[in-house]
Amino acid sequence: MEPLDQELEEGELELPSEPMSLNMGPSHPAMHGTIRIVMELSGETIMKTDVQIGYLHRGFEKMCERGSWTQVFPYVDRCNYASAMLNNVGYALAVEKLLDVKTTERCQYYRVVLGELARIADHLTCNGAMAMELGAFTPLLWFIKGREMIYDVLEEETGARLTHSFGRVGGMAKPPSPNFKEMVRGVIPRILGILAEAESLLLSNRIFMDRLQGVGKITAAQAIALGWTGPCLRSTGVPYDVRKAHPYLVYDRFTFDVPVGQDGDNWDRFMVRLEEIRQSGRIIEQALDQMPDDGPINIDDPRIVLPPKDEVYNTIEGTIQHFKIVMEGIKVPAGEAYGYTEGGNGELGFYLVSDGSGTPYRVRIRPPCFAITQALGGLITGLMIPDVVPTFGSLNMIGGECDH
Amino acid sequence: MSQKVLDILKSTFGSAILETKSEHGDETAVVATSEWRKIAKFLRDDSRTDMQMMVDLCGVDFPHREPRFEVVMHLSSLNLGHRLRLKTRVGDSDGDGAEVDSVVPIWPGANWFERETFDLMGISFLGHPDLRRILMYPEFVGHPLRKDYPADKTQPLIALREGFEKLPPFDRHEGMSFGRQVFRSGKAD
Repeated sequence: MEPLDQELEEGELELPSEPMSLNMGPSHPAMHGTIRIVMELSGETIMKTDVQIGYLHRGFEKMCERGSWTQVFPYVDRCNYASAMLNNVGYALAVEKLLDVKTTERCQYYRVVLGELARIADHLTCNGAMAMELGAFTPLLWFIKGREMIYDVLEEETGARLTHSFGRVGGMAKPPSPNFKEMVRGVIPRILGILAEAESLLLSNRIFMDRLQGVGKITAAQAIALGWTGPCLRSTGVPYDVRKAHPYLVYDRFTFDVPVGQDGDNWDRFMVRLEEIRQSGRIIEQALDQMPDDGPINIDDPRIVLPPKDEVYNTIEGTIQHFKIVMEGIKVPAGEAYGYTEGGNGELGFYLVSDGSGTPYRVRIRPPCFAITQALGGLITGLMIPDVVPTFGSLNMIGGECDH
Repeated sequence: MSQKVLDILKSTFGSAILETKSEHGDETAVVATSEWRKIAKFLRDDSRTDMQMMVDLCGVDFPHREPRFEVVMHLSSLNLGHRLRLKTRVGDSDGDGAEVDSVVPIWPGANWFERETFDLMGISFLGHPDLRRILMYPEFVGHPLRKDYPADKTQPLIALREGFEKLPPFDRHEGMSFGRQVFRSGKAD
């Protein structure tokens, strides 16, 4: 651009400028999750970033090496607390892989339904929180209303609203309640209805669209190289879903689509999550239709599963069996296995090493959002400060999972 | 399925592949530490293996073995649908000399995973662009995931940080010159 006043000497107009550092977090009202972003700004443009995590580090992997295999369940609950059931199922499957056992058919359907409910809750929370951080408070209330319906079902089943500790090696803590199917069948259409209402508040909102579209872009090749999985990877157009690519439980018996995005921007991540809620609804409907109404939920192996309570109190075998599992833990044969499932944020892996005793030798969690959050610094460099909020929100960083 | 990958590795690298096994459906290859990055690069670039994604990297501590640590990497190929666990063994029984080449030049996603392994297990990655603690704070002493680190050990509280280059970002002399006049005048020089 030509200077307006040609006569004026340029040198006199120049103001001295220096980069300004700005510290966002670890506790910031516009960001969920404790994370600290140190930014160097030039004007309002972010020139350099340093993303620092670890504020929620609780030594998950160290704690697991102290108890029995079963005592890990409460810890995995607290990793991704937005979808605790998926973590429960993922960990149980990893231990079962190490034990070479397969749960009963009814249990597998039960795990699918509970897991998909948790996935819906996770995506509702993520999308709702993201909308709220951009100033749209009402959709959050709608999304949370839907999430609470799921939590009601999970509370009815497990007894706990958020952290269920419901998974067990070789089964689940309890069989489904008698009206489980009716409850879930009733709740899914209502959630989808709420979703449609809340969607109409956001998807044609110019402000919302402008802040998401084209912001925080990443290409498919970059995302793969960074180890992204889950909705964030699918938003770049890569149709990788562990449920399709490496089916576990009974996912190969359902028809569902893997939604993908095109640009890998915030908008695509938001839309992929919305569509996944609908696909989870489809899976749940099919699973409920196919799920047997009776049959055992736990496998029949006294070395792995606790005996029923009346046997514990009335028979000597039951008492001993109970005592041995509680006091010594499940004896997992020495070896190692990597079990992976599709968590709320992507591939949730557990790398387990056993030395044959009742205590895990090493429990390594592969948290999906750890790999995703490491790209945050790169995504926001070159953007403006207001873009940090939706970009961070769409990555769905869960502090407990990212920081172990 | 990925037995093929193990065969390719064995025929290409020969003696650098110390051990292979497959159990519970997972294929494992233990490789020589000196060839770590070369094998990783081969696995990514060769069209028969095509491991585009580094899924996970962690360390496992076996205090009674020599070498003491295992660095375990899980690789995945999205196109071919196979996976591989790649391992190498480093460090002596005191935990010293635990060094291995970084794979960040091959998979940028290994960055935080290697920092985490360095932080919690004390394994150094040579050639890592920014190897510092990630989950623990800089003043933390020791590596908590090592088996000889007691789980109930407490660390002393740290004093208010002074004289750090990066932390906190708002050192009293940093930031905008006009906003920090109070601090400036308070300084002795």
